Amino acid sequence: MAAEHTKDLQAGEKRAAVSSAEQTRSGPVFTPAVDIFETATALTVVADLPGVTAQDLTIDLRENLLTLIGDVAPLEGPEEGDIIREYRTGRYVRQFTLAETIDQAQIKAQLSDGVLRLTLPKVEQAKPRQITVQGG
Amino acid sequence: MAMRSPFTWPAGDSWQSPFVGRERSAEEREWLWQEMSRLFANLNSTSGQEPRAGVFPLINVTQDRDHLYIRAELPGITADALSITVTDNTLAIAGQRTLPTEEAKASYHRREREAGAFSRTLSLPPGVAIENVSARYTDGILTIVVPKAETAKPTQIKIQAS
Repeated sequence: MAAEHTKDLQAGEKRAAVSSAEQTRSGPVFTPAVDIFETATALTVVADLPGVTAQDLTIDLRENLLTLIGDVAPLEGPEEGDIIREYRTGRYVRQFTLAETIDQAQIKAQLSDGVLRLTLPKVEQAKPRQITVQGG
Repeated sequence: MAMRSPFTWPAGDSWQSPFVGRERSAEEREWLWQEMSRLFANLNSTSGQEPRAGVFPLINVTQDRDHLYIRAELPGITADALSITVTDNTLAIAGQRTLPTEEAKASYHRREREAGAFSRTLSLPPGVAIENVSARYTDGILTIVVPKAETAKPTQIKIQAS
């Protein structure tokens, strides 16, 4: 087993989101933990969104601004009263500015077990290519 | 500015610590208990913060008339990597979170998600039916349902007119 898998997970508070735009919706807003990595052909965003279902997730890409919004519906039934509350639930919001040009028609999003995997393929022109410098 | 005690002492002729040099009376113990409960309740309700980082995973516990519900946010864990055991009145949640390895050529811009092992034990209150504990995992949330024993359920007491 790899060394990075033997460490113990530490409990941490959720990061409250600091939004540049004012929220028109009350309730807590959190910043989800994400991994973003890039290969020659695609950019992939993996986000932890526990409690978010596919119909409560909004992924929006316009003018290179990628916005992820996930709403968490309360799981508690109407009769349930709190005994211990260690974490809060609310909306997840995160925005990224993409430097690469993305092929919007080929974007793939997969949400399973509270993890979103968003694959954003680069358009042909944005893929790295060799530029030949011609002598004048 | 004079320093003032954050709580009001019980009324008395002169200020004197009520707990020095004598046995605490039942009233004093009761008062101390209430005062401490009030202080702790304020701490919880006014700060708006979650409790300080404790043991992973953080849990929320709620109850209704028939059940206790223990919930934890565990995104991206397979059911086989989770183990929930109940012995006497102790519930243990343990598991391992592994992240799939991406292709070697990938270069990372952000790496915030963490992998690792976790285990947490909870003491269940008396009066729960541990043989009927059930658990489900949906959308990255683990929910453990602990039924209350019949004797622990609230019963309505009828008041008889005299």
